[in-house]
Amino acid sequence: MLTCREITELVTEYSEGRLSLRDRLRFQLHLGLCKNCRAYVRQVKATAGALGRLPPPEVPPELEQELMRRFEGWRRGRG
Amino acid sequence: MPSVRMPPEPTPARSAGSIRRWAGLDDAEVVRGVRSGEREAFAALVSRHGGALLRFARTFVRSEAAAEEVVQDTWIAALDGLERFEGRSSFKTWLFRIVANRARSRLQREGRTVPFSALGPEGEEGDRPAEDAERFDASGHWRQPVDAWTDETPERLALRAETRGAIEAAIAALPPAQRAVLVLRDVEGLETEEIRALLELTDGNQRILLHRARARVRLAIERHMKGGR
Repeated sequence: MLTCREITELVTEYSEGRLSLRDRLRFQLHLGLCKNCRAYVRQVKATAGALGRLPPPEVPPELEQELMRRFEGWRRGRG
Repeated sequence: MPSVRMPPEPTPARSAGSIRRWAGLDDAEVVRGVRSGEREAFAALVSRHGGALLRFARTFVRSEAAAEEVVQDTWIAALDGLERFEGRSSFKTWLFRIVANRARSRLQREGRTVPFSALGPEGEEGDRPAEDAERFDASGHWRQPVDAWTDETPERLALRAETRGAIEAAIAALPPAQRAVLVLRDVEGLETEEIRALLELTDGNQRILLHRARARVRLAIERHMKGGR
């Protein structure tokens, strides 16, 4: 049976779908029996999920304006 | 007292309206608009991807000014190369590839190396496990299990300003290779193969870097929740 420590080492392979069927079953068996590891795996998944919902940093208006100027130059350059 | 009526604002409505029109379309259609010289289509693309490019550029170069320059170079190169974009990858991935190339040549010009070139995960921090060994007993079971979080909903974790601040600080504090992989995989949602190609990493390294990075960000949230209670 996998140990809790092994679960924390395998959690990314597990959530990325990279474990073999056998290891995935061993992983899930451990989770079924261990609430600490269930909480851990839940938190890692919530972390990855939260990362995917971070708003992008703002583009400074000066950069945006400069880009629009460059766009005009590009457009003129094409004739 | 009668309310004072303000004179109407000069209406930027036409341009804002046009950007909104493009905002509803997918990248391929907006790119077609840019090719035919539509200013608002380009503005819509910049508004859609500009922030993500900036975040990715920051994983290569230290200063904000340098990151902005890389992003500017990227858009100019993208415009010049637009005819060559074939849509085999997503437009975003195509832009990311230009960022990586621009950032690499910039670092090369300055006689510096990419912060994570030739550095496997070993180069960054040895073969330390992602979780502190102290948390486990000799048999590998939890000695200090994780604390329950007040909230485990990804949406709320990302939206609550303080939690988001803790997450962003944790990302900024990651070693460069971990940061680059985490940003591309979890923040931007790129496919693993695309990330390997962009960052020139092996499959194994990419996975170890992602694993360590996620563990660190999870720990940062744990600490934040503990301190915040």
